[in-house]
Amino acid sequence: MNQDLWNYIFIGGSFALYIGIAVRSRAATTKEYYVASGGVSPFANGMATAADWMSAATFISMAGIIAASGYDASRFLMGWTGGFVLLTTLIVPYLRKFNKFTVTDFLGDRFYSNFARAVGVVCAVFICMTYIMGQMRGVGLVFSRLFDIEIWTGVIIGAGIVFFYAGLGGMKGITYTQVAQYCVMVFAYTIPAVFISMALTGNVIPQFGLIGNFTEATGDTVPLLTKLNQLNTDLGFPDYTVGKLETLDMFCITAALMCGTAGLPHVIVRFFTVKSVKAVRKSACWTLLFIAVIYLTAPAIGAFARTNLILEVQGTAYADAPDWFKGWEDRGLIAWVDKNGDGVMQHRAGSVFAGKDLKPIYAEAPERAPNEPRLTTNELSDNANEVYYDRDILVMANPEMANLPMWVIALVMAGCVAAALSTAAGLLLVLSTSISHDLMKKIVNPGMSDSQEVIWARSASFGFLAIAAYFGINPPAEFVAKTVAFAFGLAASSFFPTILMGVFSKRINREGAIAGMVAGIGLTLGYIIYFQFIANHTNYVFGISPEGIGFVGMLVNFSVATVVSYVTPPPPESVVEMVEEIRLPRKAGSATH
Amino acid sequence: MNSPPQTPNQDNGRQNVYWTKSLQIVLFILAIWFVLSLGCGVLFREKLDALLPPMGGAPFGFWMAQQGAIIGFLILLFLYMVLMNSLDGKSGFDQEDEE
Repeated sequence: MNQDLWNYIFIGGSFALYIGIAVRSRAATTKEYYVASGGVSPFANGMATAADWMSAATFISMAGIIAASGYDASRFLMGWTGGFVLLTTLIVPYLRKFNKFTVTDFLGDRFYSNFARAVGVVCAVFICMTYIMGQMRGVGLVFSRLFDIEIWTGVIIGAGIVFFYAGLGGMKGITYTQVAQYCVMVFAYTIPAVFISMALTGNVIPQFGLIGNFTEATGDTVPLLTKLNQLNTDLGFPDYTVGKLETLDMFCITAALMCGTAGLPHVIVRFFTVKSVKAVRKSACWTLLFIAVIYLTAPAIGAFARTNLILEVQGTAYADAPDWFKGWEDRGLIAWVDKNGDGVMQHRAGSVFAGKDLKPIYAEAPERAPNEPRLTTNELSDNANEVYYDRDILVMANPEMANLPMWVIALVMAGCVAAALSTAAGLLLVLSTSISHDLMKKIVNPGMSDSQEVIWARSASFGFLAIAAYFGINPPAEFVAKTVAFAFGLAASSFFPTILMGVFSKRINREGAIAGMVAGIGLTLGYIIYFQFIANHTNYVFGISPEGIGFVGMLVNFSVATVVSYVTPPPPESVVEMVEEIRLPRKAGSATH
Repeated sequence: MNSPPQTPNQDNGRQNVYWTKSLQIVLFILAIWFVLSLGCGVLFREKLDALLPPMGGAPFGFWMAQQGAIIGFLILLFLYMVLMNSLDGKSGFDQEDEE
């Protein structure tokens, strides 16, 4: 059996599974479409939420980011898991009790204002669009790599599958396909890690491998991380376990990611699908457990991949370079420039290339001779680093680096696709409900019937998917990478603090909430846009990078909302009663309009 | 929190006690959450690296940031579920079983 056949079996098999599930669980009413009738078990919802949460970027890039930046990458590990503690204790039990279809519903009702509702719609659409573009791109990349087809064909296939089960099946279809996708992802992520851990440290469990010992060629053993620190510092990188971010910046970024996580609409609505507040608490435990399996493995993969990369590449003559190195060079994700003309690859700190674009630009050479690298036309930097690699390859190339069997490689590819599809589906649901429910039903045409609303939802999901596919094919590359800061900054400075105040204070009123949101979002967006797109320097205020400004935006939102609320009239009695009611867990009932 | 009940009857009193106690649970959980993540993993990481014995081959602060904090979050969510469910039971806000 060859690799192609394995790929077809794994990808084809997983697709057949997703479609089969979707056909069985088609949604007919808005209640089925938006919240799967509110009858999903806490265990199944936990798995579905974990699949929703693990995006293509997390699956493919996170271990690579950890490998490249060591301790500094802890901000993602803590931020994207710690946010679930905030989400569970402060947000979801109360919103589940509130018992409506969307997060924006809460803003509109609690702050008795269609303006607050409209701000919610805009934020939700912006956050989800930013995310979904990356997912479509991920699907396209994996397909083009696997089946040697153009990226656009891959994107169209992926978009078609997502529309089929998310557009038609709604939340019901999504939930059960996500359960299947989680299973694919967890095996795809952990199996290679187990093999590599055994090869590198002799430990079956990767988490023990990370803190275990590495055996040198001489037979001496040394702790893996000590070895890695030494490899890093020898080559001019900072210590792997120390990193180089300032403490204040690290603090703000981690906090912004945590608060942003707790304010992401596509995660919050997943908890509207379970039956009661008690079920929400249980489901949150399952969710974090399933996420933790993957997040606790990522640091191990990162450290292993970094060690393997340095050991196999640094100081090796190009003629002896491993096959995977040349394979990824063919696909344009690795480059080597022999700066000192010795035929040996030197990996050092710093960028290989000079100038603004740090990615290799390959020369249009017709055929590359055996044992000759692909030529690049970039201007070179004056440091000694000769090896460029795209950090996204680390997870995908890991099985090849470790010489794992072909079916493992196919499984990893199926996992990448599952990660992208599951997240895209969850986002698509929020996007389509923002239009059909929050905009059309609640603002434009309150008299709309249930079946009309479902038609709107399906049409909106088709429209958004078309836009996402377009950007997946023609990515505004610079833009997408920079907008991740936007998505979390926006969630941290808008949804999270406003929902929090809506639940925990009876005094915050319409004026306060709107002023707070406008101030928080304004500061966050202004800061990000200024430093990402306008300024060409990085003299951040107090050293806080755009990634971390969402935390400051959140504090501003809290302060402005409090001050404005106390100088304007308190909210009406009916709203105060509603707040009192959502604080008590009894009779959560099933979700309604 | 700001407006005391207009007619202090038994039910209102019961609700206020429930809310105060659930706030205490949330604050307790979030205090530990803060110490585990932003405390151990970021603010005091260098001190922990230097002062505490390593976890296997990993400096303690680094281990907390990449592994320990996540394990801690899991325990915290479990604790939250147990504490809140028992508070619901004691306060008579128990819900029908979720299955």
